[in-house]
Amino acid sequence: MSQIKPLPLALAAASLIAAVLLYSWDGQQTEAVVSRAVVEAGPLLLGALCGLLCERSGVINIGIEGMMLMSAFAGFFIASYSGSIWFGMVGGLGMASLTGLFLAWTSVTLKQDQIIAGTIINIFALGFTSFYYVQGRTMASIPRFAIPGLADLPLVGPMLFDHGILTFSAMFIVVAVHLMLYRTRWGLRTRAIGEHPSAADTVGVNVITLRYRNVIIASLLAGVAGLHLLQSASSFQRGMTNGKGFIALAVMLFGRYRPFGAMGAALLFGLLGGIQAQLQFKQALDIPPQFFGMIPYLLTIIVLAAAGLAARPPAAAGTPYEGA
Amino acid sequence: MTQLLEMRGLTKTFGPVVACDGVDLSLDKGEIVGLLGENGAGKSTLVKMLFGIYEPDSGEIYFDGQKADIDDPGDAIAQGIGMVHQHFQLVPPLTVAENIMLGAETVSHAGPGAAVGVMNMAEAEAEVRELSNRFGLVVDPSAVVEDLPVGIQQRVEILKALNRGARLLILDEPTAVLTPKETDELLKVMRSLAETGVGIIFITHKLREVLAVTDRVTVLRDGKYIGSAVTADSSQESLAEMMVGRSVVLRVDKDDAEPGEPVLQVRDLRVRDDRGSDAVEGMSFEVRSGEILGIAGVEGNGQRELVEAITGIRKSEAGSIIFGTTDLTNGTPREVSEWGVAHIPEDREKDGLVDRYSVADNMVLNTYFKMPFASRGLRVQAAIRKWARRLIEKFDVRPRTITSPVSSLSGGNKQKVIVARELSAENKLIVASQPTRGVDVGSIEFIHNQLVHQRDKGKAVLLVSAELDEILSLSDRIAVVYEGEVVATLDGATATREEVGLLMAGGSSSA
Repeated sequence: MSQIKPLPLALAAASLIAAVLLYSWDGQQTEAVVSRAVVEAGPLLLGALCGLLCERSGVINIGIEGMMLMSAFAGFFIASYSGSIWFGMVGGLGMASLTGLFLAWTSVTLKQDQIIAGTIINIFALGFTSFYYVQGRTMASIPRFAIPGLADLPLVGPMLFDHGILTFSAMFIVVAVHLMLYRTRWGLRTRAIGEHPSAADTVGVNVITLRYRNVIIASLLAGVAGLHLLQSASSFQRGMTNGKGFIALAVMLFGRYRPFGAMGAALLFGLLGGIQAQLQFKQALDIPPQFFGMIPYLLTIIVLAAAGLAARPPAAAGTPYEGA
Repeated sequence: MTQLLEMRGLTKTFGPVVACDGVDLSLDKGEIVGLLGENGAGKSTLVKMLFGIYEPDSGEIYFDGQKADIDDPGDAIAQGIGMVHQHFQLVPPLTVAENIMLGAETVSHAGPGAAVGVMNMAEAEAEVRELSNRFGLVVDPSAVVEDLPVGIQQRVEILKALNRGARLLILDEPTAVLTPKETDELLKVMRSLAETGVGIIFITHKLREVLAVTDRVTVLRDGKYIGSAVTADSSQESLAEMMVGRSVVLRVDKDDAEPGEPVLQVRDLRVRDDRGSDAVEGMSFEVRSGEILGIAGVEGNGQRELVEAITGIRKSEAGSIIFGTTDLTNGTPREVSEWGVAHIPEDREKDGLVDRYSVADNMVLNTYFKMPFASRGLRVQAAIRKWARRLIEKFDVRPRTITSPVSSLSGGNKQKVIVARELSAENKLIVASQPTRGVDVGSIEFIHNQLVHQRDKGKAVLLVSAELDEILSLSDRIAVVYEGEVVATLDGATATREEVGLLMAGGSSSA
């Protein structure tokens, strides 16, 4: 596909080769690192896809962090009180879609500054979830699933075929978003309203409705990202997104607003997380773990500075539609 | 011929403003009707009502013998009305086929793909190919639109309308962005479309084109229907008179230039555009006092960057810009202005005026900090008002109010505010970039006369314009630019349309 950009793909391929080489050196540790990398990449990829769908529709969404947090909060407490993990997940997605509705309303209907709308979501989510947080609750864990046979393969088994259901869903969603965006009528219209909304409007595409719909669909993806954090942590903590919603924005930029580009970038960030966790666990090097913990954020700054210059955002991103 | 469209008594008001006041317009199948009028005459409002963008307050539209009820553009398209907008309604990163089918996509009709609307690109491209063969509009369906020249992009716009079965085509100032050669091609395309039975409403300012291609002309003024004329019985003068309501001198009367000392010398100038690629690639020329040097060229060949470098808005990479004997290469806008350079910018809304400021404040944007408009760091309102009142009288700015925000003025009057401000300050060089763009015929005449008047007072004038007629009628010398270079300098008195047009398109003058 011509939409795949070589850089993130090359990085992903290089990481894979490195992983194979490492595997021949120390199998168990390598498997732990790559499996962890895929898990860490999950919420980043889902968050990036949320941002990508919004911006491709012409709405800048910097509220991914807040959307994830709201989803994780609602997911955890609904699951905890109802006793059903499925109720929790539906509740989390519902909460995320409400924040998406808020973003769409302020930026599409009220035509407010979209950066401010996103900031409001982030600040509100942190305050709301911290205030209503109740200590000592637990929830059942989100199911894991090992694909029989494939999961037993060396290296790729733990990497791709033995995960929580939400990690699998991330793999599925990225392919689906790519196909939908480039192959369907909806995708063509979405790309059109993000680049030149009046061109779409003058041929009878309802820009306002489509932006609403897409922002809400995108917020559901941020919702899945928030639930994915619960899958790993098994409980809600204050501020548990810890900047992942912002790193997702860097992932989106690094992937040049393309789904598979975002996947490559997310795996790169995920790999850093995986290596950090393993080094910390083994205490292999005499370096404070905080140093490794810092690397993803440092990389985010570098990516935003470097890739931000090269990536061309959709022309209408951030601009409310005023009519033909 | 059978009637295709009849609009009767269309009226549209915006608050207290009557944009269209009981306007009639009719069109037969296969007929081309020119819609003429000054800015704000109601042309755009009228066709926007036809295309469903505005809802008329009163009046009726009959299309194909039926009373038509058009609520939105989608409705208009469905009924067979297509519009090519002044600003292209194409999505630059998408392909030609994707742009043409947007809104009416070719999707799979069977299988799992049908449920989610999977597009069938091969079929879509074949449809585009068939359509472009049928109407003789050659275009590559898989090309990305942003890579195509403007003339081809316009062709895509026309195909887009035809693809939806347009039997009536509205072309809103379609030639504003074209080279003379592309314009001639478009006029040919319009003719052949009309022969297939498509009715065309052609909106333009350019009387030459109206005479060349239309069957009939309808003229609007101040929102009112003034009259219709058969093109064969009309002349530029008669049409201009209908538009303005008085006789207009289309030819600029001027004596021979008496050039003196060089006022502006540009040497080997190189300037980059916003994206960092070379826009001006080694231009050299000079403008002498008492002459008008016209820079002719299709837009986007470095003119904007050249003007911005001269006026100090943009940094140049290499070369020099010398005013008189003062080297002000990369000088600040203030330094350049203080040396005596007046600047009528290309984009008046963005670079020429502060929209929300009053007319009076806009009149002193270049002098507000000096005596008598400021004293000890405070503004002297009385002096500013007195000055502004004098200028709106002298330059005929309407309405005669200095306190209302400049945003409430029409395009032509906004431009007059800029011209008044720039030409009234002490200056030696006037840089006028697209000075009459989007300005009505009456104001064009006025602005042209002002520029010639300044020249006769011994000032140097650098005129940058994409309007070939403007360049030819005003310039004493013509420098033609193409891809960032001056490709030829011609004598204004002997240069011909064809010669300059060819050079603008990258051809050589001997060809």
